Parts: sequence; structure tokens; C-alpha cells
Amino acid sequence: MSNQWVEVCHVDDIDEEDVIRFDHEQKTYAVYRSHNSEYFATDGLCTHERIHLADGLVMDFVIECPKHNGRFDYRNGKALNAPACVNLKTYPVKVEAGMVLLDTQGQGAA
Amino acid sequence: MSQIFLDPDRYDPQRAKDYSLTGEQAQRAEEAGLVSAVWYQCPVPRKRMKELMQRNDGRAIRDTAIWLGAMILSGWGGYVFWGSAACVPFFLVYGLLYGTAANSRWHETGHGTAFKTRWMNDVVYQIACFMVMYEPQVWRWSHARHHTDTIIVGRDPEIVEPRPPRLNMMLLKLLSLPHVYTIFKSLFLHATGQMSAEEKTFVPESEYPKVYRTARIWLALHAAVIALALYLNSWLPMMYVLLPTMYGGWLSYVFGLTQHVGLAEDELDHRKNCRTIYMNPVFRFFYSDMNYHLEHHMFPMVPYHALAKLHEEIKDDCPPPYKSIVQAYREIIPTLLKQRKDPTYYIKRPIRESASQAAATPEHGPVERETPEPRQSAFN
Repeated sequence: MSNQWVEVCHVDDIDEEDVIRFDHEQKTYAVYRSHNSEYFATDGLCTHERIHLADGLVMDFVIECPKHNGRFDYRNGKALNAPACVNLKTYPVKVEAGMVLLDTQGQGAA
Repeated sequence: MSQIFLDPDRYDPQRAKDYSLTGEQAQRAEEAGLVSAVWYQCPVPRKRMKELMQRNDGRAIRDTAIWLGAMILSGWGGYVFWGSAACVPFFLVYGLLYGTAANSRWHETGHGTAFKTRWMNDVVYQIACFMVMYEPQVWRWSHARHHTDTIIVGRDPEIVEPRPPRLNMMLLKLLSLPHVYTIFKSLFLHATGQMSAEEKTFVPESEYPKVYRTARIWLALHAAVIALALYLNSWLPMMYVLLPTMYGGWLSYVFGLTQHVGLAEDELDHRKNCRTIYMNPVFRFFYSDMNYHLEHHMFPMVPYHALAKLHEEIKDDCPPPYKSIVQAYREIIPTLLKQRKDPTYYIKRPIRESASQAAATPEHGPVERETPEPRQSAFN
């Protein structure tokens, strides 16, 4: 499948160690900026109860769901503890000309 | 958080509503759109919410050290004065630390918000679960359901008092007798490698082996304590394990009743089904600040030590808090008495009109952000 890079936001629109919600073509994503300013993206909804992860807490490379505190490693989507049991899908992200781009058709580390 | 789990009192066919998780009310809740629904959240700026969500090992370590240290001291006093009336106050304190303070500890560490360090949450969770006899895997999942479908009849496994309430049963619950009876039945069931039909509705199959293993370990531990008591021909060992769940759990039940009892069922707004009550520092220590229960349900990510600050952020959009636990019970007791005759009666909490309208059209991701949210693709 060919890449489909879409523009998400300016690099500074996401604080360090934070996450934003990004909606595109009926799908919602969570786009992360780590504490060392690396960018990552996953599906936007928790695999446990379809809660938006963008309202959760980013700690190091972990996103914690705001409703039931399920945790994922947002670099590879791995579910780290109950009630999150199913991994998140991840997506490639790159930065070009100060903008964060997300490949909606790509497959990340997971 | 609640006190009684899978209470046999819930399964009375004479009740107007079926409070079980496998009955027709579960189907009705689904049809009414009450299952895994979107709940109202008061607007809080994202930056402030991030501050409030931050974890802190120091505060939880301090509180845990006080809690366990006080248990050691009171337990030692009980041992020294065993056989005389002087042991009573020591065991009274020990029991409250074991049967009541542990109740809020399993809860907070179960959410993973008490400590910043994950393993510390896990260790305290296991210890506190054992003290209050809440099977750790089952309760982790039942509590997740409680937060998803709070006081939704047929969905929430932690509704403390089904309507109409039964006062004789409530008196027994003060001593945790129905809970201990139910939990031993459950432990024996799990130890033989079986789950109940209700549990299967919210515990994933992958967790079953852990449930079975824990049940066997717990039964062995309790059997060892009972055997020691028999060997010594003394109640003393059981004063430290098992019995304090019963003689020290009454305050936890008193706290637990204030959380939701008498308020609305089947509503998607925590302001209508949760109470926030101002309490003194001693009660707040025993209760891990769960007196800010509305705040906890609306934003479960906020640690207990930040709930008072969260309360200040959202209180103008919430019903007025109760000034004391006495004020709360002045409302709860007459309500329970009325509900014995009219199970449809409940307390309607005052909510501002504008906020109610917002609740009627909720969206995912309602926390107000400083940047427009959500981001929309330019290519939509």
C-alpha cells in the first residue's frame, strides 16, 4: 500500500511529553511528542473501551488512558497493563519544514 | 469504589429492577444507549489537567508508611495487652487501618494513580486487596466496569444498595458479613477453576488462570491462620488476619454508602450520581480523599492527593458539596427509608441549566484544550 502522508500540525503545537487528537477521514489518531521531542502516532482510541487517548497522560514513552488507566507504549503500541490487553496500531510520523506529518496508510513499529 | 461485590441481595426477583449483570435489565441498558456511553465532563484546560494528573511517589510513600507503621504499632499494643480490656482500643485502631484504610488503598493503587512507580502500586494493591478480601484480578475488572457504567442497573457490578434497600442486610454489611460469606464462596469456586456467569461478563478469559491461582493462595493463607489459631487455642492470630476485615470494615461501609446511594440510577452525568463531601483530615487519610468522589469519577486519572485541587477547578459546574458526612447522612437515611416504600424515589442534585445542556450533546475528548481540538486534517 502506498504512503499517504497528511499534515497534522506544527511541531510546536504539541508540548513535550504530551499528545493531541487528530481526526482524518472518519478516523481518529493520537499524535505524541516525547520528552526528547520525537514524534509518534497511534490509533486515537483505547483498545479497551474506545476512549480518546489524547485526554490521557503521557509519561516517558507511555500513554495512560484517561478512563481506566490502561497503559500503552506509544512507540510500538504495546499494551502494558490491564485493562488494556490489545495492542494499539501505530503509524509512521515524520517532521518536514517544521510540520508533523502522519502516514495514514503506513505501518509503524507494531 | 464500593463495599459489597456480587451481593446475593441483588438477585431478588421481587425487585422492580433486576440488578444482576446477566438479566433483562442489562439488555435494556444496552438498548437505551447507557452502555459504554459518553459522560459529561466539566471543562478543565488541558494544561491544568496535565498538572493535576501528575503522579508523586513521595506523597504515597509517606501515607503508606504512616498506614503500615500505625498498623504495626497498634498490632503490637494489641498483642501486649491481649487478654485485658486494654487491648480493645489497639485492635479498634488496627481494625480500622486493616478493614477501612486498606479499602481506599486497593482502590487508588488499582487505578495506578497513588504512586508514580508502577511496581509500588502493584505491591500495595495486592496487600490491600488481601486485607479487604477483594480478589485482585476480579476487582480490577469489576471496577473498570463501575467506571464505564457507573450506577447503570444491569451493568455496574458495584451498586452498593439496590432499591428497595433492606435495612437488616445493611446492618450485616456494617460487619462485612455478606461480603465475607460471598467472597469465600467465590474463592472456593475460583480455586476449583471456575468463574461465575456474572464475572464472565466483565473479566476477560485471559485473566482466569490468575484468578484461580490467587484464590488458591488466599485460601491457603487463611487456612494457615485458622490452623495457627486452633494450634494456639487462641483467637489472637485471627485478630490480625480475617477478623479485622469484619470488625474494622464498618467505617469503610459508612464512607461507601455516601458515594452513590440515594442518587440517580441510569444517568450519564456523574454530577447526578456521585457525592462530594468535605471531611476532616483523619477521615480523608483513612479514605484517601475519596470524599471527592464526583471528581474522582469524572477524572479517574487524577491522583487522590490532587482531588481537592480538582474540586476547586470544577466546583462551580457541580452541585454544592456536602459540608460534612453528617449532612450527607441527613439526606441518605430519609431517602433509604422512602425508597423502602417507593423504589423509584431518588435525590435530584441541582445542576446548572447550561451545564445540563452541554451534557446532552457530549463528544469524546471534552477536556478543553489550549489549542483547537481535535485537529482536523486539511485533506478531509
